[in-house]
Order: sequence, then structure tokens, then C-alpha cells
Amino acid sequence: MQFALMIYHTPEEFDMRKNDYSDPHLGAWRAYYKALVEAGVYVAGDALEVPETGTTVRLREGKRRVQDGPYADTKEQLAGFIILELPSVDAALEWAARCPGASIGAVEVRPLAPEAKRRGFTG
Amino acid sequence: MNGIHEEDTQRAVERVARESYGRLVAYLSANTHDVAAAEDALSEALLKALRVWPQEGPPQNPEAWLLTVARHSIIDLIRHQHVVSESEPTLLSLTKESTEMNLSTEFPDERLKLLFVCAHPAIDPAMHTPLMLQTVLGLDAARIAGAFLISPKTMGQRLVRAKIKIRDGGIRFEIPDQRELSTRLEAVLEAIYAAFGIGWDDMAGIDQRGRDLAEEAIWLARVLLQLIPNEPEVRGLLALMLYCESRRAARRGPDRDYIPLSEQDTQQWSKPLIAEAEQHLAVAFQCGRPGRFQLEAAIQSVHTERRQSGRTDWTAIVAFYQQLIRISPTLGRLTGYAAAVSETSGPEAGVAVLDGLESESVSSYQPYWAVRAHLLQRLGKTSEALEAYDRAIGLAEDPAVKRFLLRKRG
Repeated sequence: MQFALMIYHTPEEFDMRKNDYSDPHLGAWRAYYKALVEAGVYVAGDALEVPETGTTVRLREGKRRVQDGPYADTKEQLAGFIILELPSVDAALEWAARCPGASIGAVEVRPLAPEAKRRGFTG
Repeated sequence: MNGIHEEDTQRAVERVARESYGRLVAYLSANTHDVAAAEDALSEALLKALRVWPQEGPPQNPEAWLLTVARHSIIDLIRHQHVVSESEPTLLSLTKESTEMNLSTEFPDERLKLLFVCAHPAIDPAMHTPLMLQTVLGLDAARIAGAFLISPKTMGQRLVRAKIKIRDGGIRFEIPDQRELSTRLEAVLEAIYAAFGIGWDDMAGIDQRGRDLAEEAIWLARVLLQLIPNEPEVRGLLALMLYCESRRAARRGPDRDYIPLSEQDTQQWSKPLIAEAEQHLAVAFQCGRPGRFQLEAAIQSVHTERRQSGRTDWTAIVAFYQQLIRISPTLGRLTGYAAAVSETSGPEAGVAVLDGLESESVSSYQPYWAVRAHLLQRLGKTSEALEAYDRAIGLAEDPAVKRFLLRKRG
């Protein structure tokens, strides 16, 4: 079963990305990725640029509406995602708790929707 | 109703709830086997107390007051159900008790039966601890869910299912006979220790809920000891938890940094808790029936001696681990053994023990990687040590432990 770990950062955690290589929080992130790969559960994942670089598009009544910035105006913003192959949601929550992002922002765990994929909605 | 009164009542209700919750649930469900109904009835009674006590003043015997109110609502509930005929005997016995029992008389303590029901072999072992926390201590599903890292909705559903099984599955509210007692007791002790372990992992008050859970587990073990004073493993468990608890203050530095056992300031260890632990362990060992909790407590006792001697008797610890491994070679014990062996016979010997463990089982076991990293570093195997440190850091949950390991990794 595949799960997405969606990582939400506070502005402070986004800022930490600029810190140098010795920053303990970044070190924890590197180690976390390694542990995921070594445990054989990692499928895919990536980090997103800071929310200010986002652009949100909507089509309403035939008109394009384009907005600077992220979709939702909240303090914690989507910062990246990790797809994991795991036997159960319990295991996914365990990995979410180990995620360095969980101790500052939040990590949402959601199963991928295989049915949607099969019907061609995605992928 | 004035403010002060309200506050007093609130406190009185909380006190009774804290001290009597399990006793009341156990007593109310012992006949009906319906734990959920007993809990509902008790919460209703507690709500009524909040309404009525400020006006009439708290009753002389608050526990008996709650029991009477709760029992009436259970009787009402049974009357309203369609299965009146089937439940007639229960109804009769409840009504009879209700009229016969004087409010001031003591009612029997059925908590031991309830503890055995919660850890019954027919109940999913993963639910033993959550059931105990809810039925005996009155913790709500959301809080238990947080401790067990399960969604509150799922935990709620699992608790409901477990209680239905207790009600309908023919699980008897009884104390197992001598023949079965030790196996059944082991499950109860395991469940209490699991609650402590969760509280312990949350560490040093980062999460107030975690800290409380460790305290609740100790409280449960004390209750169990009162009810069943002659089983040495009960004392062993209590001693084990008290030894660990005695070091709580020493486990964190001023900036909340993680401090491992070997570097803790022994002056910060709690003397009264250690004294109590020592006493329980001594009484337990006098029975001449050592078990896993007594042995684990013995290991902690050896560590505690450092407070006076300034050194740790690793040979004794190795011997206790060997006994534990003979009982059952769990991953935790083998890892602890490897660490102890490295102190008596050098890091190579410790690594050799770790190498003997099955790689699949250790792949997500954090303590294994932490010990392995430390030993490889001592052996000067830098690149292997770095790999192991990364695994240990990546598998750790506590940010302070991550920081600690990152510093050691260098």
C-alpha cells in the first residue's frame, strides 16, 4: 500500500533551508531520507520551493484567474511530499512521527488512491 | 451557584473521578459485562454531580452517590432495550443490590477482574493497554490515540469493538485460578509496562501527556500490588518503573538536551524513588521466583549503584541479560546485551552480537542502530559508523535524541 507524507512547514522551517550544511535540523532530514531508503520503504519524494514562488490558477465562468502565491493563505504551507510503500497506516504514522518536519510544522499522512489511478484520473 | 462553589465541585468531582473511576466501572460492569454501558452511566453520573453538588453540597460519600446514580441509569438503559426478558436476571440483581446496599457501605473492588478482562487472551494484544487506560483510568480515546500514534477515530472504533467482544464474547469477569494466573498476569503486566514505555519515550515532559502516562502506569502497578501482593513479578514491574522514573530529572540538560544514562548526574536521581524500588525488588527476589520484570529491574538496580560506587558493574548486567535472553530473546534484550558485552569484552564482541541479529528485524529498530553506531565509532570504523548513525538519527522520533546523535556523529 502506498502512502503520501505531505510535509507542511512553518515560515521558520522554510528559512532553515538557507542554513549551512552543519545545521542539525538539515542533518536530521538527510538522515531521515537515508533511513527511509535503507528500510526499503521509499518510493518517491521531493521538496517544493518556498510558497511565495507559487502561482495559483483558476478558471471561472470562462475567465482565467491567476493569483500570486500558494492556494491557501495559511501559516503552514506544503513544503514537500514523500511516497512510501508500507503495509499499514500504522507504519505510515510511525514514519511520519520520525519525520523531522513533524517536530516543527506538521505531516499529513494520506493513502494514495489506487482506484483513481486505475481509472486514469492520474498517472 | 457561585463561582467558588462551582470550582470546589469541579475539583471534588475530578478527585472522585481520578480515584474511583476504575473501581466504579469495574463494579458496574462485573455483572453486566457491558463496560461501555458502565462508562456511559458513570459519565452521566459525573455530569449530574457537577449540576447537583454545588446546590446540595457534595454528598458524604461521593463514591456511593455516583454509584447509585450510575446504577440507576444502567437499569433504565436495560429496561429500554428490547431484550428485557433476557436481561431480567441482571436487572433483578442490579435492582436488588441497589435497594439493599446502604450508601455508606463499602462495595467490593472488582478492578483486578477488570484488569484481567482487559488483557484477556481473546482480546487483541494491541488493545490490552488502550482498554486498561480507558476503563480503569478513564482516559479518553483521543488521548490514548495520541500515545499510540493511531488516529483518534480508529482508536475509538477499536475500543468499541473490544468492548463489544468483552460483552458478547463470553469473557468472564473473574480472577484466573492458580494454574492460569501467571500467564494471565504476564499479559496484565505487559500492558501496564507498555503504557509506561510510551510515557517514557515521550521523555522528560516534552509532551505532558507522555509524562502523565508513565505516572498512570506506576499508579496502575501500585493498584495491582495492593490487589495481588504475593506475586513477585508485580513488585518487579513496579521496581523497574520506579528505577526509571527516579532518573527523569537527570535525562535532560538545562536546554532540554538529551543526556544518556552513562553521562547523567547521579545526584539528580530521586533518592526516595530509588529506595522504594530497592525495597520492592528485595521483597520480590526473596520469593525465589525470578521473572522478566525482576531481572530488568535488577539491571536498573545495578545502574543505580553508580550513585554510590561511581562505577557500573557490567559483568552483573551481562549476566542478567543472559537470563533475560534465555526467557525470550527479544530484539531489545539482544541489543541491550550487545551494549553490555561491549563494556566487558570490548566493542568487537558487541558488534559480533549485533551482527548475529536478523537484518530484516532490525531495519526499523532505532536502538540497534544507535548502539551499532557507537560501537563502530569506538572501533574507528568511521564510514560504517556514519551509516549507522544516519539510520539511528533517521529512525529517532525525539528531536533531542536526533540532536544528540548528530553531535556524536560529528
